[in-house]
Parts: sequence; structure tokens; C-alpha cells
Amino acid sequence: MRDESGVTGPRVVRRAMRSGSLLAGGLIVAGLLVAALAAPWLAPYAPTTIFPGAEIQPPGPRFLLGTDEVGRDILSRVLYGSRVSLGVAIPSVVLAVLTGTTLGVGLGYWGGATDLLAMRIFDVLFAFPPILLAIALVAALGPSTVNLVLTIALLTLPQFAVLARSATLALKPQEFVQAARALGASHGRILGTHVLPNLTPTLAVQTSLSLSIVILVEAALSFLGLGTQPPAPSWGGMLSRGRQYMTIAPWLVLAPGLAIMLAVLGFNLLGDAQRDLLDPRRAGARRTP
Amino acid sequence: MDRPLTVYVGKRLLLLIPTLLGVSVLTFLLIHLIPGDLVTILLGITASQNEQTRQALIHALHLDRPLAVQYLLWLGEVLRGDLGHSLVTGFSVRDELARSYPVTLQLALMTMSIALAVGVPLGVLAATRAGRALDASTRVFSLLFISAPAFFIGTVVIIGGARYAPWLPTLGHVPFTESPARSLGAMLPAAASLGLAISAIIARFTRSSMLEVLGQDFVRTARAKGVADRAVVYKHALRNALIPVVAMAGTQFVYLIGGAVIIEEVFALPGMGRLVVNAIYQRDYTMIQGAILLLTSAAVLVNLALDLLYHLIDRRILYA
Repeated sequence: MRDESGVTGPRVVRRAMRSGSLLAGGLIVAGLLVAALAAPWLAPYAPTTIFPGAEIQPPGPRFLLGTDEVGRDILSRVLYGSRVSLGVAIPSVVLAVLTGTTLGVGLGYWGGATDLLAMRIFDVLFAFPPILLAIALVAALGPSTVNLVLTIALLTLPQFAVLARSATLALKPQEFVQAARALGASHGRILGTHVLPNLTPTLAVQTSLSLSIVILVEAALSFLGLGTQPPAPSWGGMLSRGRQYMTIAPWLVLAPGLAIMLAVLGFNLLGDAQRDLLDPRRAGARRTP
Repeated sequence: MDRPLTVYVGKRLLLLIPTLLGVSVLTFLLIHLIPGDLVTILLGITASQNEQTRQALIHALHLDRPLAVQYLLWLGEVLRGDLGHSLVTGFSVRDELARSYPVTLQLALMTMSIALAVGVPLGVLAATRAGRALDASTRVFSLLFISAPAFFIGTVVIIGGARYAPWLPTLGHVPFTESPARSLGAMLPAAASLGLAISAIIARFTRSSMLEVLGQDFVRTARAKGVADRAVVYKHALRNALIPVVAMAGTQFVYLIGGAVIIEEVFALPGMGRLVVNAIYQRDYTMIQGAILLLTSAAVLVNLALDLLYHLIDRRILYA
């Protein structure tokens, strides 16, 4: 049976309370944010402090997750790594959401030749394997954090633009928008009060999912040595350098690898839960045989 | 072939042209994005001092002509199959690509096979047991593998292999033409690492597609007629549910190519990924250009082929 309750009201709250993925995703993302914000207080040591004579120590009471090949505390590096990861992921997704949505709403609302051209350009951007394009762009521009953010934002932007465009196209012919227009509302008012608020839930889902993808892309680029540069403790870079010692000291790769996985998982769960809340059919489907 | 389908196929093939042209423009512009004097960067500080070398490169890349002319000349060469020469070794880019492309193609095909062989049955099982323990564990499996970067799965596979099955070779490559069986065996760990990540996505997609079909009228009719449960699921529902999975596999191919680039680095496979990554470390921009053009065109063509296949199978689709 289809649940027509929509997305507001007490039902959505009740569904949210029941949703295990929302709770799990929320906790993981909250933990990630706390780790990033409070790293100096949570981490037992500074991420770049070298303990001579304590290279490649297994996890133990002094170094909870062991030490790396030059004698740095892995727990501290993993905690500070959340700053590196989110420090690239959040600005690039925010940039992509703002520019992509503006572009998409404009294209969907006004349409015309610009719209056709923009869609072709997006087709081209979608044609490239994202990682490959990111590798190429970062290689051409040089691996700095700013270039990394710009590149990832450029790759993420079309998803938001296409999403916002199609949602705007679907809203435009609806009665409440037509009525507003007939009443003489300005374009700005129609977009601000009728179109954008209706886009927000869809965009929120995409934001969570994009954050999970972007964290993976940053990790992959750092893994290849094209992302955040050492000595900054990026998870991808730690994993890459740890591979040399992985058979004798697996914690060198397991700790950063699990950190990436957990961060991506958190945003994925959050995105999934948001989508289930928005589309009760999907959530309900789980219970119908 | 009925008319709307022909129109649709024609439209898609026509749209292929601007897409591929766009891909070529972006790939061409890539080396012009590099900040600084292009000739010095391409040749390196020492070689760029030599006026003769400078002129040779300017001539080879038509750098003395306007940008648009440069592009058209370059495109003409590309269409004739000439992708230029490596800036580092001087070898023909086309020959280098021809050497490493089969490796990546084999990896991609093996990965897709594994992803479908694991993902589809898992998705079907989850759908037929929706809401029960198996469904829940499939969901957990999917989420974990969607969240794990393929290079991490690959690294864990290598560690696990070295620890629990040291006789099993996890690194290295055997050309397919040399010994097909050994070649497939040697690539299995890499293909499995990447394939598991993609199988998770396919499992989730198959599950929701299955659930949708199982809820449709013709399935209810079949059940009402007294068709056995197994027959309903596997004969009636699965066939229909798999159709969108075909199209979905096409879109995954783009990501698969990107994943292959990285997994090759992990498993030391001499494919396109290693070629690109090494070219980037050596600032071999003509090689990067050629590799990106080839990989992206391949992804576009595979995506289109599977999308067309999807429309051929599913006659009910409206051709918009």
C-alpha cells in the first residue's frame, strides 16, 4: 500500500525515530565532525610528532593504534585525518551545491538555447570517469588543497545542476507556481518561495551522497599521491605509504582504510535514511513481500 | 524494428557526436590548463634551453598556431589514429596504449562478470526475502562494500592472501595470449576487489527492481493462476527485473574504468591505469591525453551500447 502522508507532520518524525540507518549514520557523521573539530584535544599526540626508536610499533597501551614507519602515532594521525578529509569534502560539496543548484534552477526555469547547450556540456562531463578527470585536472593544475577543492567541486556540480533542473522543470507547470505567476509574483519571489523550498529535500539527499563520494575521491587522489600532500595526515596517503609494510604491520593500512570506510558509510547511511523518509514507498517496500 | 525505436537509436547515435567532440575538446584543453610556459613545462627546464628541441615541439604540437587551429589539427591527427609521441620516451602513444589497453579491458570484463554474478543473485534473494534476516544482511553487505574504497579492499585482499594463502600469487600479470587460464587466475584478486564494490551497487539495484516487478499486476495474475512461487520469481519477475539492471550496468562502467585505474596501481597490473599514473608522475602530457581520450571514449561507447540493448529488450519503454 502506498503511504500518501508526504514528508511533513508527525508521521515523518515517527518514521525517522524508527530508522536505524538515520541513527547510525547520524552518530557516525557526528563522531566524524567531533573528531575533526576536537582533534587537538582528542588526539594523544600531534600528528607529525616523531618518536625516535618507536617505528612500526603494534597497537598497545602507549600507542593505541600503533605507530607508522617513521614513528608517528597512528591514532593521532587518523583523528587529524578527519580534518584533511572533511576539509576538502565540505568546501567542495558546498561549492558544488551552491553553483550547481543556481545553475540548474536557472536552466530549468528559463530554458532556451543556454539550457540545451548546458545539458550537452554536462553530458560531456558525465562521460568522463570522474576519478580519471580528477586525476588529469589535478595533475595539470598541481596538487594543492585549493585545486583539489575546485576540481572536485567541478566534478560534483553537474549532479546538482541536473537534479535542480529537472525538479524545477517538474514544478514549473504546477498549479501553485502558475497561480503565483498569474498573481504577478516576480521571478525572484517564485523561485525563492515556491521552487527552492521544494527542491531542498532532494538536494539534501544528494548532498549526503555526494559527501560520501567526494570523501572517496579525495582518498583515492591522495592514495595516488595527487591529493593532500604529506606531511598532512590524509587517510589515502597514509594507506598508500603503509602498503610497503602491510604484511608485517597491517595496522598501517587498516587504521586509515577503516577510517575512510566509516566516514563514507556514515554519509551513505544518512543519505539513504533521508531518501527513505522522503519516499515512503521505498521504505514501505521493505515490509511488503 | 519499429519506428520509434529506430528514431531513438538514431537520436542517440547523433548525440554521440557532440559528446565525443566535447570529450576531445576537454582532453585537448587539458595541457593548456597547466600554468606557466607550456614548452618549458612539456620539455623540462634543461631540454627547453635547446632552441632546436623547442622548435621541434612547437612544430609537433602546432603551438605557433591559434588555439582553435591547434585543436582542429590535433583532432585530424587523432581521427587518423595518430596520438602523437610520448614526451618522455618518444615512443608512439598509440603503440603504448595498444599494449596496455587489453589488460584494462580484461580487468573491466572480469570485474563486470564478478559484479553481476554476485550482485544479481544477492539482489534477487534479498527481494524475495524482503524484510527478513537475509535481506538485512544483504543490506549491510551492500553498504559496507559501497563505502569501502576498492583500493582498500584490494590492499586487504593482498594482506589476507599473503597471510593465509602465501602460495597464491596476488601480484603480477600474465598476458591473456600467453596462457588464458593463468592470466584469468592472476587477475582474479584484482577483479574480485573491484567487482565486490560494484556487486554491492548492483545487488541493491536488482533488489529494488525485483520488488517493483513483484508488486505488478502480471505477477499477481501468475500467482492467482497457481503458478509455483519459484516459477513466478525466476521466470516471470526476474526476466523483467533484469532489464533495468542492464542499463544500470552501463552507467557503472564509467565508474568501473575509474576504479580500474586505481586497482591496477594496487595490484601492479600493467594496464591503462598504471600508464596514466606513471605518465602523470613523469608529466608526460601527450600520453595522459591519449589515455584519457581512449578510456573515456570506451566508457561512452559501452554505456551507449548497453543503453541501446536495454531499449531493444524492453519494448514497453516510451521513446521520448
